[in-house]
Amino acid sequence: MTKRNPIISVQHVTYTYEEAAHPALEDVSLDIGEGEFVAVLGHNGSGKSTLAKLMNALYLPTEGKIFVRGMDTADDERLWDIRREAGMIFQNPDNQLVATVVREDVAFGLENIGVPHDEMVRRVDEALAAVRMTDFAESAPHLLSGGQKQRIAIAGILAMQPGCIIADEATAMLDPSGRREVLDTVRSLCREKGITVVWITHFMEEAAQADRVAVVSDGRIRLEGTPREVFSRVNEMRQMHLDVPPMAALAAELREAGMPLRADILTVEEMAEEVTRLCPSN
Amino acid sequence: MLNNITIGQYYPVKSCIHDLDPRVKILLTIALIVAVFLVHSAIGYALVLGFLYLTCRLAHVPFRMLLKGLKPLRWILVLTFVLNLFFAADGDILLQWQFITIRKQGLLNALHYSLRLLFLVMGTSLLTLTTSPIQLSDGMEMLMSPLKVIHFPAHELAMMMSIALRFIPTLMDETDKIMKAQMARGADFESGNLIARAKAMVPLLVPLFVSAFRRAGDLAMAMEARCYHGGEGRTRLRVLKLGRGDLWASLAVAGLIGLIIVEGIVLPGGLW
Repeated sequence: MTKRNPIISVQHVTYTYEEAAHPALEDVSLDIGEGEFVAVLGHNGSGKSTLAKLMNALYLPTEGKIFVRGMDTADDERLWDIRREAGMIFQNPDNQLVATVVREDVAFGLENIGVPHDEMVRRVDEALAAVRMTDFAESAPHLLSGGQKQRIAIAGILAMQPGCIIADEATAMLDPSGRREVLDTVRSLCREKGITVVWITHFMEEAAQADRVAVVSDGRIRLEGTPREVFSRVNEMRQMHLDVPPMAALAAELREAGMPLRADILTVEEMAEEVTRLCPSN
Repeated sequence: MLNNITIGQYYPVKSCIHDLDPRVKILLTIALIVAVFLVHSAIGYALVLGFLYLTCRLAHVPFRMLLKGLKPLRWILVLTFVLNLFFAADGDILLQWQFITIRKQGLLNALHYSLRLLFLVMGTSLLTLTTSPIQLSDGMEMLMSPLKVIHFPAHELAMMMSIALRFIPTLMDETDKIMKAQMARGADFESGNLIARAKAMVPLLVPLFVSAFRRAGDLAMAMEARCYHGGEGRTRLRVLKLGRGDLWASLAVAGLIGLIIVEGIVLPGGLW
């Protein structure tokens, strides 16, 4: 894996909630490279959301350090620079929109950091265009669908020109089409504008589309690598109660039954190719 | 049942009155209320009424909307009139019947106070009919911002107002959902006496409150993540600009006040 210059660097972080007996995260280290699309996969209560909130300085590590573009999240004076650099989208689309009109909501972050009016108007329009929501600029947020609301939330972050977007289960409350809509939007921002994405999710299908996957379970990072590497470790994933793509599961079963298949099969096409290779007589 | 809610009594049409700067509208409304208290004659009241009527026409708001705003106040108006009518201590006696005495001064006071109350309410109604709640809170914030010197939370109040407006429809939807869920389990919100109905609201209100608090927590975190740190150093997307219309409106109200004062001097004692 090519190690690019890390935009977020998590170094041996432990985080314990107040009055909790066990730490939610224990000795976690993770580097997020510039322009990378990293998925953090884990089931409920694994600590993945805690990790997201640590990256935005909403929580501060109990032990260890987190650096965003070299700025220590524990440094109070850089707090607003850090939050501007690492924008965050949350799970519930209703509970993160502040204003009564879409364009004003997109402007909310810019108002907070004191961007002059003319530049604000320009940036709001650009951000709305980037998420293809220009037609809804004057709508009331409560009339939009869940996917549209999340796209507005993304536009609100985008207007602040961040280096990185952290999506904390941004699709968990959406229907399948809304999920696709939001993931596609973020992926295209990553590809076209080079924005780094940290995609926190419990959907295996979404993690499979990332450049790199980190699997979190019981407060630790258990597996890390490309989706292909991670999903080929079928037994370890199952022990953590996580799904793997159906073809990866089938390949694992066939290998156990004695067929010498490649370990990193993810799609039906790859399976077909591999089976053909093993049975050349057909 | 919860559809079509309008917040406040805003009447959303386009007009030159709607386009006025909310700050100017608030100040002019206050000026108008003060003017009403300067009136001492029927002609003065006619002037005010005429002014309100004209403004109403200019704003494309039906005049009956303004009268509708008076409806909740009808008993207070009647009470004001009746109390003042009977409790004047001096003046010529107009009518005496058993223990009831009506004096001239009493009748004049009754007319004055109820008419003033009437115009006061009509004036403020005209403001809220032609200014959206969000514009109102903007205007209030700007007008009250000098009070920040004495730590008056002008920005915070306006922000609270705007968040409340944002979440009213969301909470309405949620109420509807919870009601349907409870009804599906046999809850009955519509029969029984007042106490039974109030009791039936408990299973509605408890989940609604719980969810409202959860939303508040989420929203606070989202606002912090977007660099919200109070009103200091904040710029705004919506900027209020004074236009030519604001000048004309101010002149019109100044003219009205001038007429009322002149009329008071020319016709002292008025026409009663």
